[in-house]
Amino acid sequence: MQTFDLEAQGLRALNSTLHALKGQTNETAWEIINPKGSHAIAVGLDAPVDVTVRGSTGYYCAGMNKQATVRVKGSAGPGVAENMMSGTVIIDGDASQYAGATGRGGLLVIKGNASSRCGISMKGIDIVVHGNIGHMSAFMAQSGSMVVLGDAGEALGDSLYEAKLFVRGSVKSLGADCIEKEMRPEHLELLADLLKRGEADGKAKPEEFKRYGSARKLYTFNIDNASSY
Amino acid sequence: MCGIVGLFLKDASLEPKLGAMLTDMLITMTDRGPDSAGIAIYTRPEKGKAKLTVQSANAAEDFKTLAADLGKAIGATINLVSKDTHAVLTLPTDRLDAARAAIREVRPTARVMSAGEEIEIYKEVGLPKDVARRFDVAHMSGTHGIGHTRMATESAVTTMGAHPFSTGSDQCLVHNGSLSNHNSVRRTLKDAGMTFETENDTEVAAAFISHKLQEGSKLGEAMEATLTDLDGFFTFVVGTKNGFGVVRDPIACKPAVMAETDQYVAFGSEYRAMVNLPGIDTARVWEPEPATVYFWER
Repeated sequence: MQTFDLEAQGLRALNSTLHALKGQTNETAWEIINPKGSHAIAVGLDAPVDVTVRGSTGYYCAGMNKQATVRVKGSAGPGVAENMMSGTVIIDGDASQYAGATGRGGLLVIKGNASSRCGISMKGIDIVVHGNIGHMSAFMAQSGSMVVLGDAGEALGDSLYEAKLFVRGSVKSLGADCIEKEMRPEHLELLADLLKRGEADGKAKPEEFKRYGSARKLYTFNIDNASSY
Repeated sequence: MCGIVGLFLKDASLEPKLGAMLTDMLITMTDRGPDSAGIAIYTRPEKGKAKLTVQSANAAEDFKTLAADLGKAIGATINLVSKDTHAVLTLPTDRLDAARAAIREVRPTARVMSAGEEIEIYKEVGLPKDVARRFDVAHMSGTHGIGHTRMATESAVTTMGAHPFSTGSDQCLVHNGSLSNHNSVRRTLKDAGMTFETENDTEVAAAFISHKLQEGSKLGEAMEATLTDLDGFFTFVVGTKNGFGVVRDPIACKPAVMAETDQYVAFGSEYRAMVNLPGIDTARVWEPEPATVYFWER
C-alpha cells in the first residue's frame, strides 16, 4: 500500500504521481490521507489501481476516471466522478450536486444520499445510490442505468433519452417526458447485477423497484411540443 | 462565486475562540472570493449599551474627535475604539437611533457598517487574510458570526459592496449568488421607507428581510418570503441578535454545507472551510435542502 499525505505533498504531486501509473504497475494500492475537502483529488486516472481517500473530498473528485477504483471514506463535494469513462467510484458517505454528470461508462456507487442533478446528462455510466437523490436528477440522461434505493426529488428524468431509471422509494415528481414503465425480466436481471456490483444486494431486491424511462415524445423535435422544450 | 462561512456557538467555552475559528474558515474560502471580505461578529451585550460600527477611507482624520463631536450632537457619552478603517462607538442603547441619524451630519464621510447591541461588522476590499489581519478578527470573542469572501458580479468592488450587509439593528445578511429582480424589489422597499447605500443586489435581500421583520414577521417567515419574492440564485446566511439562519433558492446551485455538534452549528460554502473545527470528524454534516429555511435561535 502506497500512502500519500495530501496536506504535506500537495495536489499536483498527487495527481501527477497517479497519472504516471500507466498500464501494468506493481503499485496497485494507494491511500490518500488528509484530503480535508480538497478539490480535484485523484482526477484523470488511467490505470487499474485501487485508491482509497481517507476523509471527505471537495469538488470533482475522481473526475474523468478510467479503469481505476476510487473509494472515498467520507462524503464527496460537487461533481464527483464527473465524465467518468470506466472503472468504479464508491462514496461511503453522501455526494453533493451533479454526481456522475456526463459519465460515459463505469460504475458510481453512493452509499449515502446524492443531492440535486445526480447523473445529469449521463451517457453510459451506471449509478447506484443507497439513499435518496435530489431534484432534477438524470436530466437529459442519454444511456446507462441509475438505481436509487431511497426516494427521488422533483423532476426526475426531465427530457430523458434512453437511460434506465430504477427507484425503490417515492418519486416527488417526474420531469417532462419521463414516465413509469413496465419492469420486464431483463430489467430485473440488470437490477440484480447492479445491486450486487453496487454493494447493495443485501439491502434491496429487484422486485421492490419501479422503472422509469423516456416516453420518447420530446427528443425528436415536434412543433406540437414546442411549449414543452 | 463567493464564499460564506458561519458559526453559531452552543458551548460558551468556545466564545473566546470565535474570531479565530471564523478567520481560519474565511481564509480557506479565499479561492471563492478574493475581491473583498467581511465579517459580522455578535458579542455578549453590555447592559444598557449599544454599538455603532463605522468606516472611513480617511479614518485618522475622521475618527480623531468623532466620539466627542457625535456625543455632543446626541447628548451622550460615547466611547470609541478604532481598528484600521473602522471604529466601534459604544453609547447608551436609547441613543442608538439618534446617533445613527446624527452621524450623517457630524461625519458625512463616515459610513455606518452596523448598529445594534451585539453586532460589529468589519469589511474591506482585499484578500480575506489581509482583511482579517487589519481588524484582528482572530482575537475577537463572540456568540455567533458570519463571514463572506466576495467575487463581485452585480456591483463594483468597493468597501460598501462587500458583505455582510446590515439593514436593521443587529441584523446582517451575506449572499452567494445573484438576484435578477433586485431593482424592482428595491423600488418597492424604497416606497415602503427602507433606505439603501449601494446599487448592490445583496443589500436588497438584506433590506427585504429587515422590512419583513419590521412588519412583525418572525425570522423564519421573513426568510421563507425570499423564496417567493426574490428571483435569482442565492444561498443566504442571515444573522440576528439571537440567531442564525440559512436558506437556498429552489434550484440550489450555489453550494452549502452545514455541520452540527453539541458545541456549535457551522456553515460553509464548502466542507473544507470547516475541516479545522473541533470535533468535525464526528459532527453531523449535511447539505441544506433547496427552498428550505433553517435557523437556530437561543
